[in-house]
Order: sequence, then C-alpha cells, then structure tokens
Amino acid sequence: MKSSPSNDRRYFLLSIARGIGLSAMGALVWSAYVGEVKAAPLVLRPPGALSENEFIKNCIKCGLCVEACPYDTLKLAKPGDNLPLGTPYFTPRTIPCYMCSDIPCVPVCPSGALNESSVSSYIQAQAKLNINRARMGLAVIDEESCIATWGIQCDACYRACPLMGQAITIEFSKNERTGKHAFLKPVVHADVCTGCGMCEHACVTQKAAIYVLPRALAMGEAGNHYIKGWDPKDEQRLDSIKKEVPHELTKTKLSEKSAIDSLNDESGL
Amino acid sequence: MKHYRYLFMRRFTQVAVLLLYIGANAWGWKILRGDLSASSLLGVVPLADPYAVVQIAVTGATLGMDIILGALIVTFFYGVIGGRAFCSWVCPINMITDTAAWLRRKLRLSEIQKRFYISRSLRYWILGLSLVLSAVMGVAAFELISPVSMAHRGAVFGMGMGGGALAVIFLFDLLVHENGWCGYICPLGASYALIGKFSLIRVHHDANKCTDCRDCITVCPEKEVLHMINRSSESVLMGECTNCGRCVDVCKEDALGFSIRSQLKQSKDEE
Repeated sequence: MKSSPSNDRRYFLLSIARGIGLSAMGALVWSAYVGEVKAAPLVLRPPGALSENEFIKNCIKCGLCVEACPYDTLKLAKPGDNLPLGTPYFTPRTIPCYMCSDIPCVPVCPSGALNESSVSSYIQAQAKLNINRARMGLAVIDEESCIATWGIQCDACYRACPLMGQAITIEFSKNERTGKHAFLKPVVHADVCTGCGMCEHACVTQKAAIYVLPRALAMGEAGNHYIKGWDPKDEQRLDSIKKEVPHELTKTKLSEKSAIDSLNDESGL
Repeated sequence: MKHYRYLFMRRFTQVAVLLLYIGANAWGWKILRGDLSASSLLGVVPLADPYAVVQIAVTGATLGMDIILGALIVTFFYGVIGGRAFCSWVCPINMITDTAAWLRRKLRLSEIQKRFYISRSLRYWILGLSLVLSAVMGVAAFELISPVSMAHRGAVFGMGMGGGALAVIFLFDLLVHENGWCGYICPLGASYALIGKFSLIRVHHDANKCTDCRDCITVCPEKEVLHMINRSSESVLMGECTNCGRCVDVCKEDALGFSIRSQLKQSKDEE
C-alpha cells in the first residue's frame, strides 16, 4: 500500500474501528461471564458483611477472614463452586458460624467489605464487638419436614441456638390427633436471629428442616406506607412525615356535575 | 553456575513467597498472611495489589484504609525496584509460562510455527476494558477471571477447578504463541509495567563488549525491550522489562548487568 495522506487516514480509521470492534466483542463475552458469576444470591457471607451487592464490590478476595476463622467455617469460593470467585462464604450444614465473641474474621478485613461497626455495640460511645448484632442470614423452617410439627418431640434447633429462647422459641399447641399431647414447634424470630446456622447444623432430619437463607431472600418487606398504629414507636414515623409535608394539602376540584349511577348512564352509548 | 544466578534467585523468591502464604493458612505462620490480592506482612504492614484496588475503586465502593495504604506501599516498592519485577520474581504463573517458553525453545516450535501477529499493546486494551467493565458491572472484573489470583489462591486455599485455567495458559504459551499470556494478555503485568516506568533498577547494556550472539534476545520474554543490543550502550528503559535478569545470566561477555538508573544518566553525560 502506498503511503499517501488519504491511505494513512484510512489505515488509521480502520485500526481504530478494529480496536473498538474487538473491545466490544471482548466486553460482551467478559461482561456476560461476570454477570453470570455475580448472580449467586444463595450465598452466606461472614459476619459484618455489607449487603451482597456492596460486598462483592468491596471484597478484594485476600482470604484474611478465612485464615482468621478458628473453626474453618469460612471458605474462599473456588473455580467450580459456582459462586463469585475468591469471595468468602460458609455452609452451615457442614460447619456453622460459632459466633466467637471477639469476631476474629471481621477486624482483619482490609477492604471494608466486612464492616466492624455493624457488629459492634456502642456503650457510652465506646465501640465493643458484639457478634449478636451479626445478620449473616435468617433461619427458615420447612414445617412439612420438621418432625416437631408432626408432634414428635425434638428441640434440637432450639437447644443449639446460641440465642436460645430469643432467636428460636418453642410454641405450644394442642395435638388434636392424640388429644393428650402437645406440639412443641420451633419459631424463629427474625429480629434476633444472626443466621449463624447452628440450628441447621444440629437439625436431625435427613436434609435440614431448618436452614439459613440470605436475609434479602428470606424476608419480605411491608413497605413504608404501613404503620403499626398500636406501636407508639412506629406511630412516631407519622410525626416526622407531618413535619416534612407542608400543611397546604393538594386540593382536587370537586366535580360540579351531580353524582350519577355510572352503570345506568347511557349517554355515552 | 554463574549463568543461572538470577534464575536460581528468582525461583527461590517465587517459591519462598508462595510457601510463606501457604504456611499462613495451613500452619498459622504469621509472616505473610492473605494472598497476592491483599495481605498483611507480620500482622502490621498492609499490602495490596494496586490494580485490584483501582478496579474496586472504579466500582464506586468505599475503600478500606488498609487496602489504600497497602496499594500505596506496593506501588512505591515496585516503583523503585522495577514494576514487572513482580511478574518474574513473585507471580506464580511465571513458573508455568517460563516452563512453556523453555519447552517451546527445546522443541523448536517457534521455528516451525508461523508467528501470527498479536499487538504487544493488547494487554493495555484489556487493562482499560477491565476498568470500564468494573465500573459498569459493579464488581472488579479482572479479579473474577484472573488466572494469577486463581493460581495463587488455589495454592493457598484450595485449587478447585482452577487447575484448568493454568493448563490453558501453559498450552497457549507452548502451542499458540510464544510468551503469549505474560507478554500480550495479562493486564496485571501491564499495570506493573506502568508502575515501573520510572524505576531505578535497570538492566544496562555495554555495546563495546557485545559480540552480537543474541543469546539474550533468545531468552528474553519481552524481546522488544532489548532493541539496543549491539547498537548502543544504554539502559533498558521500557516498563515492559520484567527485571528477570535472564539476559544478564546468559550473556557470556558481561555486556549486560543490573545498575541504578540515576548513576547511569550521570556517567552517560560525562562520556
């Protein structure tokens, strides 16, 4: 090819177009893979982890939390685990989180993916680690396979729970089938449960009838517009709203026509 | 033995660093904990991979203090001793790609295989692309596919299916393209090439001693950095040089050696 200004220009434009084309192709494959790997909602993170989306942004995959864990609870996702590669997770049925009071896995995190303040209590402005504030997940009970709901006495999960009587309580009810026995059903309380998974680990059924799910997956959301009128604390939310909304309310102009029974109105037919 | 001095030292460093990390997880050693993405030296000094930290930063995440500090320390360290020294002295993939390159030379594959063109700047495109993807996808994009971290994490925390990725790199370097992974694709190496652009420790060539045997060019994984061989006495200044010292090892005439950049400039001016 002879070098002339017009040929040079064509060559330049062509190489730019080729670069952009190849990049776009690479980006397509790469982003498809990344999107696929990212979408693993069924994963339990160490205590103090940010929300899943923020967590995988922050986590640098160094494994310092894994090395700090004295029970080998935490693992780093390996190729083939089908989880975001290199991020820490745990499987409670195998090894649950034993809720160390000094939480060795959290302060070592260099990236901020495990947030110390979310597992700390503040007593007179003094931060103190408090593993009970961890929210790794939420225990969920499958009543169909939980033998306690059949009427067989089993309180394995209740006894295994490190917050016994708070995160899991036993609810008594009459067993109408026998007429003389009681059902002793376990009930999980989401406001206390840390998601450590000791219940899942202890569950006696072949496949655990109580198991930990990520909270975002296990819980619904009523929405802000429902207010518990019987709860003075929840009722206070109204006060703040009243302050925000100016007193002049929007006025809709009333219809001047007399009210008519719309079903009997044949004028439009 | 003189002709294997730096090679031996490099293998020693590579294995020692890897062993310190493995020991931390397996036997609770406290010298170097974590992995090559981020670690803690003696439980005090934070270290972090600057490229990984930049990827995390562009996702919009709030960075932890330790990884910022760690990335600065590592950037400073390699900024002084030569950025891609990481590639040849620390990175575990280097042993795989060096083996592939050695086998390729022994089998004379480069002679029978017509070399197809890949641009050496491909890695910088991948580097840029990884940052764009990290920002768009909200997750450090290269860290999810990096065979370097896969290999290292695999050795420390369990390999899983990661061996497959390493086999692919080995076969690619052996059968498809000479020094293909490290020399053309790896954006981590590219990031260290940028960091080490102005580093102090450099290979210096003395053209007066050179007999033009081209042994150095045969072993060099980044051949274009040795453009001055037998032409002029100057330092290897391109950031792509990995400071592996293999050229220094194989040079029988002592026409190549490590030296400090600033002194070189002065002596050059005096000439």
